[in-house]
Amino acid sequence: MVQYARARLDASFAALSDATRRGVLEQLGRSDASITDLADKFHMTLTGMKKHVGVLEQAGLVTTEKVGRVRTCKLGPRRLLEETAWIESYRQRWAARFDELDDVVEELKRKEMVDGRKKRE
Amino acid sequence: MDARRESEPTPMKNSTTAERTSERELVVTRTFNAPARIVFEAWTKPELFKRWWAPKSFGLSMLSCEQDVRVGGSYRLVFAHPGSPEPMAFFGKYIEVTPPSRLVWTNDEGGEGGAVTTVTFEEKDGTTLLVMRDLYPSKEALDDAIASGSTSGTGETFDQLEEFLVTLGASAPS
Repeated sequence: MVQYARARLDASFAALSDATRRGVLEQLGRSDASITDLADKFHMTLTGMKKHVGVLEQAGLVTTEKVGRVRTCKLGPRRLLEETAWIESYRQRWAARFDELDDVVEELKRKEMVDGRKKRE
Repeated sequence: MDARRESEPTPMKNSTTAERTSERELVVTRTFNAPARIVFEAWTKPELFKRWWAPKSFGLSMLSCEQDVRVGGSYRLVFAHPGSPEPMAFFGKYIEVTPPSRLVWTNDEGGEGGAVTTVTFEEKDGTTLLVMRDLYPSKEALDDAIASGSTSGTGETFDQLEEFLVTLGASAPS
């Protein structure tokens, strides 16, 4: 479970780091589409689009279903999308705090160095 | 995982990661370029803590910060936020205090669904790896925390990614 969750989150953020893939998600938010439709819309080869969709599918952001010769793509479960967004916003909140904490830590380090020098003198 | 992303304007900063590592646990990690005793000090002295816990970008102002950092001691942080008529308080008790390597406290403002937070400070070659774990009492408690944060929130500005995903989420199947 732990490994699974970690792998999925890594996959989510990797999936979202690419502009085409974000575009694909936005497109699928409006309507389901086949890989051929998506390839046309984003001016890509079928193979290239298959790769992008594969990455999104791995991350759980998109699901696909093959009916006959057509593979249809749709957005993954809403809960998963929201959870990914929430965790990213939580991460950003702590990153902002820790960047401030860096300043406090640097100041304490400098102070310790000065105090240490005084003691030796 | 590599949490340093293109959108972050300050590449010199160490990266922060956040993951849901199990049904009821969230884990945040960050490395600091200082010994553990210094990072620990900045977490446990109110006059230092209040300088970093609510960055200006949050739009919060800290009204008070009390920390009685010893086993069984309590803490209470009170904030004013323009979007909320009443001050907001975060409070709980310290369960474990082991300078400079470990702090554990409860989060009691949310009632029974509150997480227990464990922060460890692991020093190596003069740098400190900080690992913060929020362990919720149940999967439902963590799911609820995520769900309430996604919709109402504490008035914090949702970043672009979140807005984007929430827009997508609105049209995705539940």
